[in-house]
Amino acid sequence: MSDVLIAGGLVVTPDGPMGVDVLVREGIVAEVGESVRRDGATVLDASGAWVGPGFVDLHAHLREPGQEHKEDIVSGSAAAAAGGYTALVAMPNTDPPIDRGHLARFVADRGRAVGLVDVIPAGCISGGREGTALAHLDELWSAGVTLFTDDGDTVADAGLLRRAMEYVGQLGGVIAQHAIDGGLASGGQMHEGPLSSRLGMQGIPALAEEMTVARDLSLVRLTGCRYHLQHVSTAGSAALIAAAKREGLPVTSEVTPHHLAYDDSAVAGTDPAFKMMPPLRSVADMRALRDALRAGDIDAVATDHAPHADHEKDVPFEEAPFGVTGLEWAAAVTNTTCGLDPAAFFERLSVAPARIIGAADHGRLVEPGTPANLVVFDPGRRTLAGSTVSKSANSPHLGSHWDGGVRFTMLRGRLTHTLAGAAAP
Amino acid sequence: MRHLLTTETLDRAAIESLLDSADEFLDVLHRPIPKVPALRGKTVATLFFEPSTRTRMSFEKAAKALSADTMSFSPSTSSLKKGESLKDTVLTIHAMGVDCMVVRHEATGAAWRVAEWVDVPVINGGDGAHQHPTQALLDCLTIRQRFGGLDGLRIAIVGDVRHSRVARSDVFAMATLGAEITLIAPPTLLPLDTTGWPVGTSCNLDDVLTEFDVVYLLRVQAERGGASVFPSNAEYRERFGMTRERMSRLKPDTVVLHPGPMIRGIEIDAAVADDPRCLVLGQVTNGVAVRMSALYHLMGGVPVE
Repeated sequence: MSDVLIAGGLVVTPDGPMGVDVLVREGIVAEVGESVRRDGATVLDASGAWVGPGFVDLHAHLREPGQEHKEDIVSGSAAAAAGGYTALVAMPNTDPPIDRGHLARFVADRGRAVGLVDVIPAGCISGGREGTALAHLDELWSAGVTLFTDDGDTVADAGLLRRAMEYVGQLGGVIAQHAIDGGLASGGQMHEGPLSSRLGMQGIPALAEEMTVARDLSLVRLTGCRYHLQHVSTAGSAALIAAAKREGLPVTSEVTPHHLAYDDSAVAGTDPAFKMMPPLRSVADMRALRDALRAGDIDAVATDHAPHADHEKDVPFEEAPFGVTGLEWAAAVTNTTCGLDPAAFFERLSVAPARIIGAADHGRLVEPGTPANLVVFDPGRRTLAGSTVSKSANSPHLGSHWDGGVRFTMLRGRLTHTLAGAAAP
Repeated sequence: MRHLLTTETLDRAAIESLLDSADEFLDVLHRPIPKVPALRGKTVATLFFEPSTRTRMSFEKAAKALSADTMSFSPSTSSLKKGESLKDTVLTIHAMGVDCMVVRHEATGAAWRVAEWVDVPVINGGDGAHQHPTQALLDCLTIRQRFGGLDGLRIAIVGDVRHSRVARSDVFAMATLGAEITLIAPPTLLPLDTTGWPVGTSCNLDDVLTEFDVVYLLRVQAERGGASVFPSNAEYRERFGMTRERMSRLKPDTVVLHPGPMIRGIEIDAAVADDPRCLVLGQVTNGVAVRMSALYHLMGGVPVE
């Protein structure tokens, strides 16, 4: 592998963003400096762009095993690389669900074989995601799982969740919750508000999330287990998480790009590309989520990339499954909606998520000796989300322009994505 | 007007034009040969993905009175049972050659999806708890016949408003024509949030009973959860049913409407249903005329002599 010189970018280093070059050798960042020798190196043009650690997605549904008509680890990895990701956490609500060690190993091995992004399996909290008995937590941990979740469903039984926290806490892992009270959300299709009443659709009140978060935080206080709130959607839950952090509880949270970009008015046309769980909330919620992400009260941006085939989504809104895709445009949508400075941008999209799951090779600010898991992101490039490499096209972002383009993605020194037209080998 | 999907976006002129034509078609329906050749050679398909008899029959009667051919679809006998998607079903029927589709479906927005898929006019025959515009038009026609117009009329809509597409359609059409509307129901059957609706609300029928010119009763929808949304039918009748006793307290010229099917003994007493001030059967006749009008407007029929 020849040396690669990433030249002319604004590089996010431990000492802050600096206009320097980065030399990559043998999959490692070898030199960072102003006049790095370039003899024989392949040069990647990073002028006008930010150079930082590859993005890390805490929340992607790759659908393999079991639902490969929606997505598989090949197509999902390609979408992730195109979005600037070098690692992602694969949600365990597959068929079968990832509740045993060998299943987690299968997912990780497939990811390694594809080689476009490090696929880190999440494990179930409950066996079969049935919410009744603990999954094989230790076995999962030994297979490399650090984040445990029944995502897609909420662990409703407080006793079970408490035991999971006790067990996972002792292992050193993190419990991640998809927090929606099933009773309040029963039959719900969209955010409960004026529009749901107008459309005659059953609503999902903000309280369905906030009540569950409040309960879960009490269990964190009891057990001391690390807790990660998935896809925060309301101002109220963002405030609960912020208060818990001030209290010193070991909690983190993530927000999706779609919750940063849209409010429930997007559902007025009953387009299933805007149907997901939790639903798009009010304008006030959307603004509060942006503020919380800027302030760091929400730690990370996570996609909740949830592919569904055309025939599943091209139906009336109420009959469509929940979930939308977004790996390819997450960074651009975040940049467009929140306007973070480069240090904060990479903190939310890479450093914090890598820290939450303990992915030591990812989320490392750029300095000599770190693995060359890097992204070159051009924040000024106006980009049309025109097509997707995912197997599914159920994205609300498609058809819109966003500020930001992923010019290059590099995994252990190897290019996994090059933007069409970018100067590259 | 390309499609008829909702009353929310119909302006006064559009509604009045539809009602004026309906008046003319009512005359047609009373002729010895109640049929005109306005849509001869055209085909209307009724696609009812949810059980219905009256609305579908009403549309078919309307189409036939305009000399259109009709095709009907019902899910119990269709390829939907074999796993065919809604989209394929719609495209298949469209490919047979139809000039208008009337769609009823249990999901909000279904008629909008169909309108994206085909290039013929679509009439929303009811989508979930959202809209049912021809019902609102026939209700407005019935009230207009009685009172000459809706301006300044006080109309109560009583019952399961939360789950009612009839109510959502009536509210906007009637308000556009100048009526003042009050929604009356137990709290669990009122919409959670009526921001932006031209209505008042009340949870006590007896408090306001004597104020209205029109009392519009909605069906108690057992299929919407029954005891989980209100305690019992008996309790509903006690507080919200149009009993003979309540009927006697209405103003003398107040009329009672109901979209059907009526559940006698719950939301309406038998004696009220059979009272001349209950206009239910007139609504049904007007339904045919209004649907003739809608089909005629959308399908560009030739003028009627």
